[in-house]
Amino acid sequence: MANTFELIAAVTVGAGGASSIDFTSIPSTYTDLCLKVSTRATGSFPQGFMILRINGTTPGNVVNRYLTGNGSSASSSVISNADGSAAQSQGATSTASTFSNGEWYIPNYAGSTAKSISSDSVSETNGTTIKASMIATLSPATTAVSSLTIVIGDDGSGSLSNFAQYSTAYLYGVKNA
Amino acid sequence: MAAGSTYTPIATTTLGSAQASVTFSSLGSYTDLIVVLTPIRSTSDTNTIFRFNGDSGSNYSATAMYGDGSTAASYRLTSYGWLNAGYTTTNQQTQIVQIMNYGNTTTHKSVLVRQSNTGSAAQAIVGRWANTAAITSVVFSLENGTNFATGSTFTLYGIQAA
Repeated sequence: MANTFELIAAVTVGAGGASSIDFTSIPSTYTDLCLKVSTRATGSFPQGFMILRINGTTPGNVVNRYLTGNGSSASSSVISNADGSAAQSQGATSTASTFSNGEWYIPNYAGSTAKSISSDSVSETNGTTIKASMIATLSPATTAVSSLTIVIGDDGSGSLSNFAQYSTAYLYGVKNA
Repeated sequence: MAAGSTYTPIATTTLGSAQASVTFSSLGSYTDLIVVLTPIRSTSDTNTIFRFNGDSGSNYSATAMYGDGSTAASYRLTSYGWLNAGYTTTNQQTQIVQIMNYGNTTTHKSVLVRQSNTGSAAQAIVGRWANTAAITSVVFSLENGTNFATGSTFTLYGIQAA
């Protein structure tokens, strides 16, 4: 029986943290990509964000359409000039030992059409600053996705930070045949 | 004992020309099903919808929440003739439909839908088909009866519990 949900690469951030998590030389032999992450930032803020960049670029024309819940209300917004697909993450001042969970799904990543991405993430801390988000992303990139880079930052200021030790990211390839 | 594959492609379709519907009728013997769609509409914006076993009766209900970029909201559909996989435009988009325990003959069938379309919304839907029959076919179409555009893709996976 064909195995069609295969681990391509795994990253665990070591002591000292990392400014980004990178997947390079992604083979074009799958149909879809699925990226599952567990993350926390080293920066002194409670609520962070992540951006998934395609092929190392920061094009500034990626669209993210958000549905977000924070424990008391739900909201929606759209950002049309992003550098990549967004997701939520914890910062260093959130509850100790808590890490966010997130998943990006990228269908038809090797094709020549714009890339539609589905992003689901949550930063649950049993505290007051949490977010759960579903995000629709459209990247106008029409080239095949051959590398992915995740960066993390402060949801308040927008400044970038580092991934904390023990943050993990697993990239899977999904084949349709 | 080594684990076997639990995520198996059953069938896939990439439309080479505009087409009104896509049907999966050989579902195999798995625990759950996942359908990954990237539908594009041909004529006018509308919902991608799906039905089980050819049933177009008022036997479907759903609860959804969505964000369209300015408003976060929820809605319900009761006694409908189909389930909704998301509003479909000319944008590239992703719709993922999970159909749980589709082969059992004792419970109504439940589904989870996750739609990502920057042309309409980020949306999650939970749906129910009020029928205890095993699901033997799934058909996807557009609510307004027009065609899916060339390049739309539909892939069915089987998920095995053990």
